[in-house]
Parts: sequence; structure tokens; C-alpha cells
Amino acid sequence: MTESSTSTPAAGTARPPAAARLDAAAERQRGVLRERVGRLLQQHGALMVLAVLVVFGSVAFESFATADNAISVIVSSSFLAIIAIGMTFVIISGGIDLSVGSLFVLGGVLAAYASQAGTLTALALPLAVCGLFGLVQGVIIARTGMAPFIVTLAGMLGARGLMLAVSHEGATTYLVEDRAFAALGQTGPFGTGLTWPVYITVALALLGMLLLQRTGFGQNVYAIGGNEDAARLMGVPVARTKILVYTMSGLLAGLAGALNAARLSSGVTILGVGLELDVIAAVVIGGTLLTGGVGGITGTMAGVLLMGVIQSLINQVGSLTSAVQQVVSGAFLALVVIAQRLLSRAQGIT
Amino acid sequence: MAEIAAKPGRLDRERVLAWLQEYGVYAAVLALLVFNILFTPNFLDVGNFRTQLVQVTPIVIVSLGMALVIGTEGIDLSVGSVMALAAAVVVLYLGYGALPAIAMALLAGAVVGAVGGSLVAYVGVQPIVATLALLVGIRGLANVLVPQLREFRNPDLIALGGESIAGVPIIVIVAAVLTLAIAFVVRRTTFGRHVVAIGGNRAASELSGLPVKRTLLIVYVISGVLAAIAGVLATARLQASDPTSLGLYMELSAITAVVVGGTPLTGGRIRVLGTVMGALLMQLLSATLIKHNLPQSWTQMVQAAIILAAVYATRERGTR
Repeated sequence: MTESSTSTPAAGTARPPAAARLDAAAERQRGVLRERVGRLLQQHGALMVLAVLVVFGSVAFESFATADNAISVIVSSSFLAIIAIGMTFVIISGGIDLSVGSLFVLGGVLAAYASQAGTLTALALPLAVCGLFGLVQGVIIARTGMAPFIVTLAGMLGARGLMLAVSHEGATTYLVEDRAFAALGQTGPFGTGLTWPVYITVALALLGMLLLQRTGFGQNVYAIGGNEDAARLMGVPVARTKILVYTMSGLLAGLAGALNAARLSSGVTILGVGLELDVIAAVVIGGTLLTGGVGGITGTMAGVLLMGVIQSLINQVGSLTSAVQQVVSGAFLALVVIAQRLLSRAQGIT
Repeated sequence: MAEIAAKPGRLDRERVLAWLQEYGVYAAVLALLVFNILFTPNFLDVGNFRTQLVQVTPIVIVSLGMALVIGTEGIDLSVGSVMALAAAVVVLYLGYGALPAIAMALLAGAVVGAVGGSLVAYVGVQPIVATLALLVGIRGLANVLVPQLREFRNPDLIALGGESIAGVPIIVIVAAVLTLAIAFVVRRTTFGRHVVAIGGNRAASELSGLPVKRTLLIVYVISGVLAAIAGVLATARLQASDPTSLGLYMELSAITAVVVGGTPLTGGRIRVLGTVMGALLMQLLSATLIKHNLPQSWTQMVQAAIILAAVYATRERGTR
């Protein structure tokens, strides 16, 4: 108060201080509002687009808004979703994991191979191998400071090589003999048509949210992605957190592969090519910034479902080929990242 | 005594690492060549030599553009899809003659590069996402334009893919000329200096008034055009346009060649000849492993190990 009353006479022609304060307050309020809307759009944009597309699909196609179609979209999305949960952690930490596609296939082949020895082995072997793979990648990234892009690119080649070795250069397709394991991928509780992988996905997503939002580990992941040097200075265990994040990513990719092998009753060796790009696209569409530090599981789940719905919509238009589907996905991804970029720039996030 | 011994030892290690960073890829290529000459039957056969060279040229050409992009601290994942698009466009316009068709294919590559470059330079999208969107979308577009493998009989285009001048395949000559051209651009032109400066420190480049955005745009356009050239040459050699599988994983091969050749992913330095050596090394390596009947699984794992070792040797260390 004293500050403004003493400065007014000096300024001479300035407007009365009260009016100026009001203006400033209104301006600030507008700014806050804009920021909130921007953040909302950036974090929940995928959810909104998803809602719009679902409404559009229901109006435009009779066969779209059916329980069968919804179930098939959700079931087929669940495998991508499991991998995307791990990728969300990796990308929030400022990294990237290109090895998940190969680990997904490797996990499937290992699960089918190990299913000869029972359900437990069928799950344990892919988890152990893929988790170890992720661990090694994490250690290399955390300890040598090499770019995650390159380390996981090498991991992608290495994991695919390992898969080829396990399947005798892709010539052997292991069939899942174990009934209980196959049932894990093909049946579900409550008679809803939703299979076990869907429930596992939901559980993992909730667990991921808890980890990210409610634990010190989650805080560390955000801190490293926001500013690694600052995080290190603040005493965040950078190396340990990174190693954990890549291990998780490997584990989840292996789990998704194993569940998929259970669904297909075999470890198919030709899957997973380009899968890492689908996963990254889903995470990015879900509002997680590739620069790190910003994002969350809810957005990722919306991103995965969004991609599933787009695919389903394209399937409804029978004449469109998978090529057109690629064009649409690419254009869509481009639009989303442009919008994200503009929104985050408006908010001052760089 | 121990102290004295320890110090030079440490220095030597530094020196070895520095030497590896500088000449490691040349040494590795040389070592592989010697190994093959000694232990691989028919390696020195002219036909075999020519096959290896022709096979590696698309990777070399794409890698040249990738080296520029990586020099700016960027990355271009769209190159494989651009090759496919160029292959589709070239057969679509072959009715007008080989030259107009090739021109249209290169134009298509330039347009894709311009889209990616604008996203990176003017919108500020991260290079990896911008070009990822293009990787997905452009491959689809190529498939929409030419849905199936399509053969052609244009004699000019077939000659471009198969003929030799003085025993050297035209494809190899094109790659050599392009290599020299890019080396010249990087070392002797203002544009080349700008590229390296932007990769070294973008903020400082902006502050000192370099045309950062325009330079970035041009770099991605060059990468697109080079990928298109590689696509046209590959199509000419195959005598068929195959947008589904042409250039698949090319982005990874090219990035590998660039990084193994000593250009750091963090930008600010470009090794043009090293990049060519990097491509040759990976080609020689897989050829060697195949010739000695190692299965593909091993080939891929060995390649992974080589990539890691090369990047470890060339990574930026505290001393720099």
C-alpha cells in the first residue's frame, strides 16, 4: 500500500493504483485459467479425443458401439498397454526404450518354450530373461552415460538375436502345451468376455499410478526427467532409479509377450516388429513429453485405447487398407505432438 | 616406482581411447579386410567385391544425410519410409521417362524432409517424434500409392541400377560423388560450419545470429533427398518397386553407421568419411559372419556388441 502511494506522484500521468492492481489481478487470473486449460488439454487431450471418436464411431457405424467390439478393442489393446506402462516410466525419466518390441517377441517365445514345464515356469522364464535384459541396459545407461537410444537399439538387436537363437533361427515355433497357461491368455473371470490380460493390465496400471504419484521412487523418476543434474545435486539416487526403470520396462515387455503367447497358444517369432514405435506413439499421444519430467499412466492408457479405437474405426470402413491406417496414425501422431508442443510452449514448459 | 608406473599407464589409456575414437573404425575395417583376405575363400574375387560395394551403397547414401542430421543433435527416423516413397513415386511417373520420374521421386523426398524439418525447426517438436510420425505415415503413403510389388521395364532406370563405367557400378560412383560432396559441404562451406555449430550449442548459435531454423530445415531436406536417391537406386537395382519392404530398418542401419563412424549422437561434430567406414564395417561384418556360416542370431548379437563398443569408445568423456 505504502509502496504504490509513494510511487504514484512520481509517475505523474499513471492511472490510479487501484485500477492498475485490478487489471493486473484480472490478467493474472486469465493467465492462470489459460494455463489450467492448457495443462488439462495436454494431460487429458487423448481422453477427450477418445470420447469424441467413440461418439463419432457410435453415430457413424452401427457395428461400432457394440459390446463385442468394445471387448475386442480392449482385449487387443491390453498387451500394448502393459508395455506402455513401463515405457511411460522410461520416458518420464527422460529416456527411451527401443528394445521392448524384441523383448516382447523374446518373452513370447520363451514362455511357449517353458510352458512344457508348467504354468509357473512359462511365466518365470520370460520375466527372468527380459527383466535381466532390461537390468543390463539400465546399468549400461546409468553407469556409462551412453545415450539410451543407442543402448536400447543395441538391446533391440541383441534381444532379437537371442530370440532367433532360442527358436533355431525362427524355424521352430513352440506351441503352448500347458492348458492352464493357455487359459490365462484366452479366458477371463466374471463371464464378461474380458480376458485375464485385461485385468492384469488394469492392476498394473493402478500399481504404476501408485508408484509414480505416491512413492519416493516416482518422485525420483519425475525429478530425473525434469533436470537430471539438479536431481543429482538434490541427492536423488539417479543411477539406481534409472536401472529400476529400465528393468521394469524389460519385465513388462516380457510379461506382455508371455501373455500374448498364452493367447495365441504359441510363441510366434515374427511379431513385435515396429512395436516399440507403437508403444512410444501411445505414450506420447497420452501426454507424456519425450523431453521427460511430465506425464502419467492415465494419459498412456487413454493413448493406447485411442490407437485401438482408431484401428477399430478404420476396420469399420471396410475399404480402407492397413496402408491408409498407417497414414492416419502418422498424421494423427504428428497433430498430437504439434498440439502438445504448442500447449507446453504456452505454459512455458520447454 | 609404482606411482611412476601408474601415471603413464593412465595416460596411455587416455591416449588409446582418444586414438580409438579417432581411427578405431578405420582400424576395424582394415582388420576385417585382412581377416577376410586370409581366411575367407574367394574374398578377393572381383565379383564378390563388387556385390559388397553395391549392397552397401544405399546405406552409405542414407547415412550421409543422417550424419548431417545427427551433427545438429537431431535424428531422422523417416529415411527408410522415404526410400519406399521414392520407390513408389519413381514407378508411378516412369511413363514420362526415367529422368522426370527420378526428379519427382527426389522432390517427394525433399517434401518429406521439409515437413520433418519444419516440425523440428519451427514448431519445436523433438526430432525423434517428428520423424517417427513420418516413419509411420510415409510408409503407409508409399503403400497406398503402390499397393503391391510392381516390376518395370524402363531401360534407362535398369541401366542406372545395373551398368558399370570402367568396371565400377554406376551406383557406387553416385555414392562416391555424394560422399565427396557432403564432405566438402561439411568442411568447406559456411552452411557446414553452421550445422556443426548448432549441434555444438544451439542456444549460443541462436544468440550469435546464425540462421538456426533455416539451417535445420535444410539439413532435414538434404536427408530426405539423399534417402530418396537411395530409394531410386535400390529400385533401379531390383528392377521393381517394393514399398512394403524397401528401406525397412534403414534408419537403424544408418544411425549405426554414423555412430560407429565416430559422429557423437550429442551433435557438434560430423565424420563424413568415418560414416562411410562405419557403413562398410557393418556390411563387412555381416558378410564375414554369413560367409563363415554363423547364424543370423549370432550376427545380430555381434552387431549389437559392436555398436555398444563403438559408442563407448567414441562417447564424450570428461576431458573434452
